[in-house]
Amino acid sequence: MAKRDVTSISPELKRTEEPSELLRELVAHLRQNRTQLREEWVVRISETRLLLAMTKEEIFAEATSVYDSYVEALETEAFEALQAYARNLSERIIPRGVETHEVVGIVLLLRDVLARSLFAKYQNDFKKLNRILDAYEPAANRIANTVAVGFVQERERVIRQQQEAIRELSTPVLQVRERLLILPIIGVIDPQRARQLTEQLLRGIRTNRAKVVVIDITGVAAMDVTVANHLVQTVEASRLLGATVIVTGLSPEIAQTLVTIGVDLGKMNTVGDLQGGIEQAERLLGYKVAALAEPS
Amino acid sequence: MEVPILKQGAFLIATFQAALSDADLNLLRMGLVQQVVRFRSSAVIVDVTAMDVMDSFASRTLREIAHMIRLRGAETVIVGIQPEVAFAMVQLGLTLEGVATALDLEEGLAYLNEKFKSTN
Repeated sequence: MAKRDVTSISPELKRTEEPSELLRELVAHLRQNRTQLREEWVVRISETRLLLAMTKEEIFAEATSVYDSYVEALETEAFEALQAYARNLSERIIPRGVETHEVVGIVLLLRDVLARSLFAKYQNDFKKLNRILDAYEPAANRIANTVAVGFVQERERVIRQQQEAIRELSTPVLQVRERLLILPIIGVIDPQRARQLTEQLLRGIRTNRAKVVVIDITGVAAMDVTVANHLVQTVEASRLLGATVIVTGLSPEIAQTLVTIGVDLGKMNTVGDLQGGIEQAERLLGYKVAALAEPS
Repeated sequence: MEVPILKQGAFLIATFQAALSDADLNLLRMGLVQQVVRFRSSAVIVDVTAMDVMDSFASRTLREIAHMIRLRGAETVIVGIQPEVAFAMVQLGLTLEGVATALDLEEGLAYLNEKFKSTN
């Protein structure tokens, strides 16, 4: 579409353009001046000292694709595609150490660079400039919003993934003898962690063919009724797999909780501490531990 | 669907297939007790490895089988409950209380051999 030379058309003959026409006009302008505007943007990025974690070549490559996606979003108003692009971009740059404020910052800088070029182009026709901005601003703001939200969503996904990994690491099921597993639990148990613990334990019983499991909760300060019930269920489920569970290290508070919820203590095998628990487990398995004779 | 019941010395081994209807379970209950009587078995191993879900009827039937077999002076061991099934069962309160359980067939036989060795 040919660029309109606004200074040569007299005001009375100009008709008011449709917003979509204005949008097409401004998109055309942004495409035509792509190289120059993108360059200006990259300069502003480096001036404001953003994206320091990335090299010049990387910034240029990302800037190109962001610019094109930005203009395309203005043109098509397809914000879902933009959000998908933003998440994809975030997945690439988050491991590089790029922060939220940098991503929001560069998108806003691009918005400013493009707005200034619009001011320059339509500076002689204030009314038209206003109409152009009426079309541009809501779209540009929506883009900034979409990109920021996409970035944050990706970060949240990474955090959830890391939390899951931490949860798995912190509940190891350890084999200390043939047929004997220990599950040392440390920290806070929430219902989700409790459930994960049970799943890991049951799988461990099957894999290691364990006959006795010692669950040590010395490192657990307190548990609520839900989690206490879950512990009881874990003991029962283990029995269905042919394993006996010994629970050790109950704090006074947890002992109180178990009594309060009316746990049938006949069903639960408990011993004071981990050492006692292991010794009892060894007896159950038919092991006898004897000291070697003193070397003379 | 017929459940195969095999004789292993003084023991019977019944292997559950994946999907047993209530009718199948009822037939099995009668069938197992009849076989215990016929062979004068000391124990029955019920292998449920192939069951990926255990509902309350199946669970109750297993307990009844164990009960009836005990009335004939024989022992029952349930083996092969899968971890996911065990988890689901305890959440529904189906604990198979009073019935011996073992990890698998090998463990079940070891348990019975140990038990009957000490009573000889």
